[in-house]
Amino acid sequence: MSLVARHLEANGIATIVIGSARDIVEECGVARFLFSDFPLGNPCGRPYEPDMQREIVGYALDVLSNATLPRTTVQTPFVWSEDDSWKQGYARVDAESAEKLRKAGEARRARQAKARPTD
Amino acid sequence: MSVSDQGAKRGVYRRFVSYIDRTREYYAAQGYERPYSWAQFDDAPFTPLPGPLSELRVALVTTASPVGKQTASDGVLRGGKEVWSGSTDDPPEALFTDDLAWDKEATHTDDVESFLPIRKLSDFAEAGRIGSLAPRFHGVPTDYSQRRTIELDAPEILRRCREDGVDVALLVPL
Repeated sequence: MSLVARHLEANGIATIVIGSARDIVEECGVARFLFSDFPLGNPCGRPYEPDMQREIVGYALDVLSNATLPRTTVQTPFVWSEDDSWKQGYARVDAESAEKLRKAGEARRARQAKARPTD
Repeated sequence: MSVSDQGAKRGVYRRFVSYIDRTREYYAAQGYERPYSWAQFDDAPFTPLPGPLSELRVALVTTASPVGKQTASDGVLRGGKEVWSGSTDDPPEALFTDDLAWDKEATHTDDVESFLPIRKLSDFAEAGRIGSLAPRFHGVPTDYSQRRTIELDAPEILRRCREDGVDVALLVPL
Protein backbone atom coordinates (compact mmCIF):
# COMPACT_ATOMS: atom_id res chain seq x y z
CA MET A 1 0.00 0.00 0.00
CA SER A 2 2.90 2.36 0.74
CA LEU A 3 4.09 1.83 -2.82
CA VAL A 4 0.71 2.99 -4.11
CA ALA A 5 0.85 6.06 -1.83
CA ARG A 6 4.28 6.93 -3.21
CA HIS A 7 3.04 6.60 -6.79
CA LEU A 8 0.04 8.87 -6.18
CA GLU A 9 2.24 11.37 -4.37
CA ALA A 10 4.79 11.42 -7.23
CA ASN A 11 1.92 12.15 -9.62
CA GLY A 12 0.35 15.09 -7.82
CA ILE A 13 -2.16 13.45 -5.47
CA ALA A 14 -1.51 14.15 -1.79
CA THR A 15 -1.80 11.09 0.44
CA ILE A 16 -1.88 9.82 3.96
CA VAL A 17 -1.46 6.22 5.05
CA ILE A 18 -3.37 5.17 8.18
CA GLY A 19 -1.78 1.98 9.46
CA SER A 20 -0.52 -0.18 12.30
CA ALA A 21 2.65 -1.71 10.80
CA ARG A 22 4.89 1.23 11.56
CA ASP A 23 8.20 -0.30 10.54
CA ILE A 24 6.90 -1.52 7.17
CA VAL A 25 5.43 1.87 6.21
CA GLU A 26 8.40 3.89 7.45
CA GLU A 27 10.95 1.56 5.83
CA CYS A 28 9.22 2.16 2.50
CA GLY A 29 8.87 5.90 3.11
CA VAL A 30 5.61 7.77 2.52
CA ALA A 31 4.66 11.43 2.58
CA ARG A 32 2.33 11.31 5.60
CA PHE A 33 1.60 8.47 8.01
CA LEU A 34 -0.88 8.26 10.86
CA PHE A 35 0.23 5.42 13.10
CA SER A 36 -2.38 3.50 15.12
CA ASP A 37 -0.57 1.37 17.68
CA PHE A 38 -3.25 -1.31 17.43
CA PRO A 39 -3.23 -4.95 16.35
CA LEU A 40 -3.18 -5.21 12.56
CA GLY A 41 -6.74 -5.04 11.23
CA ASN A 42 -8.38 -1.90 12.66
CA PRO A 43 -6.12 1.10 11.97
CA CYS A 44 -9.15 3.43 11.87
CA GLY A 45 -10.30 2.53 15.37
CA ARG A 46 -11.65 -0.32 17.47
CA PRO A 47 -14.59 -2.15 15.86
CA TYR A 48 -17.97 -0.61 16.67
CA GLU A 49 -16.46 2.42 18.39
CA PRO A 50 -17.61 5.17 16.00
CA ASP A 51 -16.44 8.04 18.22
CA MET A 52 -12.88 6.76 18.25
CA GLN A 53 -13.04 6.07 14.51
CA ARG A 54 -14.24 9.61 13.85
CA GLU A 55 -11.39 11.02 15.91
CA ILE A 56 -8.79 8.92 14.11
CA VAL A 57 -10.04 9.96 10.67
CA GLY A 58 -10.05 13.55 11.97
CA TYR A 59 -6.40 13.22 12.99
CA ALA A 60 -5.61 11.95 9.49
CA LEU A 61 -7.24 15.07 8.01
CA ASP A 62 -5.23 17.24 10.45
CA VAL A 63 -1.98 15.62 9.33
CA LEU A 64 -2.97 16.09 5.68
CA SER A 65 -3.54 19.79 6.29
CA ASN A 66 -0.47 20.41 8.43
CA ALA A 67 2.41 18.24 7.21
CA THR A 68 5.05 20.20 5.33
CA LEU A 69 7.67 17.49 4.80
CA PRO A 70 7.65 13.88 3.58
CA ARG A 71 8.01 11.04 6.13
CA THR A 72 5.77 12.87 8.58
CA THR A 73 4.58 10.31 11.13
CA VAL A 74 1.98 11.15 13.76
CA GLN A 75 0.79 8.61 16.32
CA THR A 76 -2.81 8.56 17.56
CA PRO A 77 -3.24 8.90 21.34
CA PHE A 78 -5.22 5.65 21.62
CA VAL A 79 -3.96 2.44 23.20
CA TRP A 80 -5.55 -0.93 22.45
CA SER A 81 -5.58 -2.26 25.99
CA GLU A 82 -4.14 -1.52 29.42
CA ASP A 83 -1.18 -3.80 28.89
CA ASP A 84 0.75 -4.50 25.72
CA SER A 85 0.46 -8.29 25.89
CA TRP A 86 -1.33 -8.42 22.50
CA LYS A 87 1.95 -7.33 20.92
CA GLN A 88 3.46 -10.73 21.67
CA GLY A 89 0.76 -12.69 19.87
CA TYR A 90 1.08 -11.95 16.15
CA ALA A 91 3.16 -14.53 14.24
CA ARG A 92 4.64 -15.71 17.51
CA VAL A 93 7.35 -18.34 17.38
CA ASP A 94 7.95 -20.15 20.65
CA ALA A 95 8.86 -23.64 21.82
CA GLU A 96 5.25 -24.71 21.48
CA SER A 97 4.69 -23.44 17.92
CA ALA A 98 8.18 -24.04 16.43
CA GLU A 99 7.66 -27.72 15.61
CA LYS A 100 4.19 -27.07 14.21
CA LEU A 101 5.54 -24.29 11.97
CA ARG A 102 8.43 -26.42 10.76
CA LYS A 103 6.00 -29.17 9.72
CA ALA A 104 3.61 -26.68 8.10
CA GLY A 105 6.49 -25.30 6.01
CA GLU A 106 7.54 -28.78 4.92
CA ALA A 107 3.97 -29.71 3.99
CA ARG A 108 3.56 -26.51 1.99
CA ARG A 109 6.77 -27.07 0.05
CA ALA A 110 5.73 -30.65 -0.67
CA ARG A 111 2.35 -29.45 -2.00
CA GLN A 112 4.06 -26.85 -4.16
CA ALA A 113 6.57 -29.37 -5.54
CA LYS A 114 3.70 -31.69 -6.44
CA ALA A 115 1.79 -28.90 -8.17
CA ARG A 116 4.83 -27.84 -10.20
CA PRO A 117 4.77 -29.16 -13.76
CA THR A 118 7.50 -31.72 -14.50
CA ASP A 119 9.54 -31.84 -17.70
CA MET B 1 10.31 -11.94 33.51
CA SER B 2 8.10 -13.48 30.84
CA VAL B 3 8.23 -12.32 27.24
CA SER B 4 4.85 -10.67 27.57
CA ASP B 5 5.96 -8.79 30.71
CA GLN B 6 8.95 -7.56 28.75
CA GLY B 7 6.64 -6.36 26.00
CA ALA B 8 4.70 -4.32 28.52
CA LYS B 9 7.76 -2.73 30.11
CA ARG B 10 7.57 0.82 28.85
CA GLY B 11 10.73 2.77 28.41
CA VAL B 12 12.81 -0.39 28.42
CA TYR B 13 11.62 -2.21 25.31
CA ARG B 14 10.50 -0.64 22.04
CA ARG B 15 6.75 -0.38 22.28
CA PHE B 16 5.65 -0.88 18.70
CA VAL B 17 5.82 -4.27 17.04
CA SER B 18 8.39 -4.77 14.30
CA TYR B 19 6.43 -6.69 11.72
CA ILE B 20 9.51 -6.99 9.55
CA ASP B 21 11.28 -8.89 12.35
CA ARG B 22 8.18 -10.86 13.26
CA THR B 23 7.42 -12.12 9.75
CA ARG B 24 11.07 -12.92 9.06
CA GLU B 25 11.23 -15.11 12.18
CA TYR B 26 7.86 -16.68 11.46
CA TYR B 27 8.84 -17.77 7.94
CA ALA B 28 12.33 -18.82 9.08
CA ALA B 29 10.60 -21.15 11.56
CA GLN B 30 8.80 -22.68 8.57
CA GLY B 31 12.12 -23.31 6.87
CA TYR B 32 12.12 -20.29 4.53
CA GLU B 33 15.61 -19.02 5.14
CA ARG B 34 15.75 -16.22 2.61
CA PRO B 35 13.76 -13.42 4.22
CA TYR B 36 11.31 -11.24 2.31
CA SER B 37 12.94 -7.99 1.28
CA TRP B 38 10.51 -5.18 2.11
CA ALA B 39 10.37 -2.07 -0.04
CA GLN B 40 12.93 0.48 1.14
CA PHE B 41 13.60 3.96 -0.20
CA ASP B 42 15.76 6.80 1.09
CA ASP B 43 13.58 9.49 -0.43
CA ALA B 44 9.81 9.96 -0.30
CA PRO B 45 7.80 12.01 -2.82
CA PHE B 46 5.64 14.79 -1.39
CA THR B 47 2.75 16.75 -2.91
CA PRO B 48 1.52 19.71 -0.87
CA LEU B 49 -2.26 20.04 -0.63
CA PRO B 50 -3.45 22.08 -3.63
CA GLY B 51 -5.81 24.12 -1.40
CA PRO B 52 -7.79 23.93 1.80
CA LEU B 53 -9.13 20.45 2.54
CA SER B 54 -12.64 21.91 2.65
CA GLU B 55 -12.39 22.41 -1.11
CA LEU B 56 -10.74 19.12 -2.04
CA ARG B 57 -12.04 15.74 -3.15
CA VAL B 58 -10.90 12.75 -1.09
CA ALA B 59 -10.61 9.09 -2.09
CA LEU B 60 -10.22 6.00 0.09
CA VAL B 61 -8.06 2.99 -0.78
CA THR B 62 -8.18 -0.39 0.99
CA THR B 63 -6.34 -3.72 0.83
CA ALA B 64 -9.58 -5.68 1.45
CA SER B 65 -11.48 -7.49 -1.32
CA PRO B 66 -15.16 -7.69 -2.20
CA VAL B 67 -17.05 -10.61 -0.68
CA GLY B 68 -17.86 -13.40 -3.12
CA LYS B 69 -14.91 -12.93 -5.49
CA GLN B 70 -12.49 -15.30 -3.79
CA THR B 71 -10.64 -18.16 -5.40
CA ALA B 72 -9.03 -21.15 -3.68
CA SER B 73 -5.25 -21.35 -3.85
CA ASP B 74 -3.05 -23.79 -1.95
CA GLY B 75 -6.02 -24.80 0.18
CA VAL B 76 -7.01 -21.27 1.27
CA LEU B 77 -9.46 -18.73 -0.11
CA ARG B 78 -7.86 -15.62 -1.57
CA GLY B 79 -9.28 -12.29 -2.65
CA GLY B 80 -9.07 -11.05 -6.23
CA LYS B 81 -5.70 -10.14 -7.71
CA GLU B 82 -6.96 -7.08 -9.54
CA VAL B 83 -7.60 -3.48 -8.56
CA TRP B 84 -11.32 -3.02 -7.88
CA SER B 85 -13.67 -0.18 -6.93
CA GLY B 86 -16.92 0.19 -5.03
CA SER B 87 -19.48 2.94 -4.53
CA THR B 88 -19.13 5.25 -1.53
CA ASP B 89 -22.87 6.03 -1.78
CA ASP B 90 -23.57 2.44 -0.85
CA PRO B 91 -20.81 1.37 1.58
CA PRO B 92 -20.22 -2.39 1.82
CA GLU B 93 -21.50 -4.04 5.00
CA ALA B 94 -18.65 -6.58 4.85
CA LEU B 95 -15.40 -7.11 2.98
CA PHE B 96 -13.24 -10.20 2.53
CA THR B 97 -10.06 -9.98 4.61
CA ASP B 98 -9.30 -13.60 5.56
CA ASP B 99 -6.30 -13.77 3.24
CA LEU B 100 -4.67 -10.65 4.66
CA ALA B 101 -2.10 -10.60 7.43
CA TRP B 102 -4.02 -9.00 10.29
CA ASP B 103 -4.03 -10.08 13.93
CA LYS B 104 -6.68 -12.79 13.98
CA GLU B 105 -6.07 -13.55 17.67
CA ALA B 106 -6.45 -10.02 18.99
CA THR B 107 -9.25 -8.59 16.87
CA HIS B 108 -11.70 -9.03 13.97
CA THR B 109 -12.70 -7.12 10.82
CA ASP B 110 -16.49 -7.39 11.10
CA ASP B 111 -16.84 -3.60 11.32
CA VAL B 112 -15.79 -2.24 7.92
CA GLU B 113 -15.51 1.30 9.34
CA SER B 114 -12.59 0.13 11.49
CA PHE B 115 -10.46 -0.13 8.34
CA LEU B 116 -12.44 1.60 5.58
CA PRO B 117 -14.13 4.67 7.11
CA ILE B 118 -16.48 5.62 4.27
CA ARG B 119 -19.26 6.76 6.58
CA LYS B 120 -16.91 8.87 8.71
CA LEU B 121 -15.56 10.63 5.64
CA SER B 122 -19.10 11.18 4.32
CA ASP B 123 -19.90 12.85 7.64
CA PHE B 124 -16.81 15.06 7.31
CA ALA B 125 -17.90 15.98 3.77
CA GLU B 126 -21.38 16.85 5.00
CA ALA B 127 -19.88 18.98 7.79
CA GLY B 128 -17.69 20.82 5.26
CA ARG B 129 -14.38 19.60 6.67
CA ILE B 130 -13.51 18.09 3.28
CA GLY B 131 -14.83 19.26 -0.07
CA SER B 132 -16.31 15.91 -1.06
CA LEU B 133 -15.81 12.18 -0.87
CA ALA B 134 -15.04 10.64 -4.27
CA PRO B 135 -17.90 8.54 -5.69
CA ARG B 136 -15.73 5.41 -5.62
CA PHE B 137 -13.35 3.82 -3.15
CA HIS B 138 -10.64 1.52 -4.49
CA GLY B 139 -9.16 -1.82 -3.52
CA VAL B 140 -5.59 -2.83 -4.22
CA PRO B 141 -4.36 -6.42 -3.83
CA THR B 142 -1.50 -7.09 -1.43
CA ASP B 143 1.04 -8.60 -3.78
CA TYR B 144 4.24 -10.44 -2.89
CA SER B 145 5.67 -8.87 -6.05
CA GLN B 146 6.57 -5.22 -5.52
CA ARG B 147 7.13 -4.93 -9.26
CA ARG B 148 3.51 -5.86 -9.91
CA THR B 149 2.29 -3.25 -7.42
CA ILE B 150 4.54 -0.54 -8.87
CA GLU B 151 3.99 -1.29 -12.56
CA LEU B 152 0.34 -2.38 -12.64
CA ASP B 153 -1.70 -1.67 -9.53
CA ALA B 154 -0.39 1.76 -8.49
CA PRO B 155 -0.86 3.26 -12.00
CA GLU B 156 -4.37 1.79 -12.13
CA ILE B 157 -5.28 3.38 -8.77
CA LEU B 158 -3.87 6.68 -10.06
CA ARG B 159 -5.91 6.39 -13.27
CA ARG B 160 -9.13 5.78 -11.32
CA CYS B 161 -8.40 8.63 -8.89
CA ARG B 162 -7.83 11.01 -11.82
CA GLU B 163 -11.02 9.82 -13.49
CA ASP B 164 -12.88 10.81 -10.30
CA GLY B 165 -11.14 14.19 -10.00
CA VAL B 166 -9.47 13.23 -6.71
CA ASP B 167 -7.04 15.63 -4.97
CA VAL B 168 -6.24 13.63 -1.86
CA ALA B 169 -6.17 9.93 -0.98
CA LEU B 170 -6.41 8.14 2.37
CA LEU B 171 -4.82 4.72 2.09
CA VAL B 172 -5.58 2.18 4.77
CA PRO B 173 -3.70 -1.14 4.72
CA LEU B 174 -5.10 -3.68 7.16
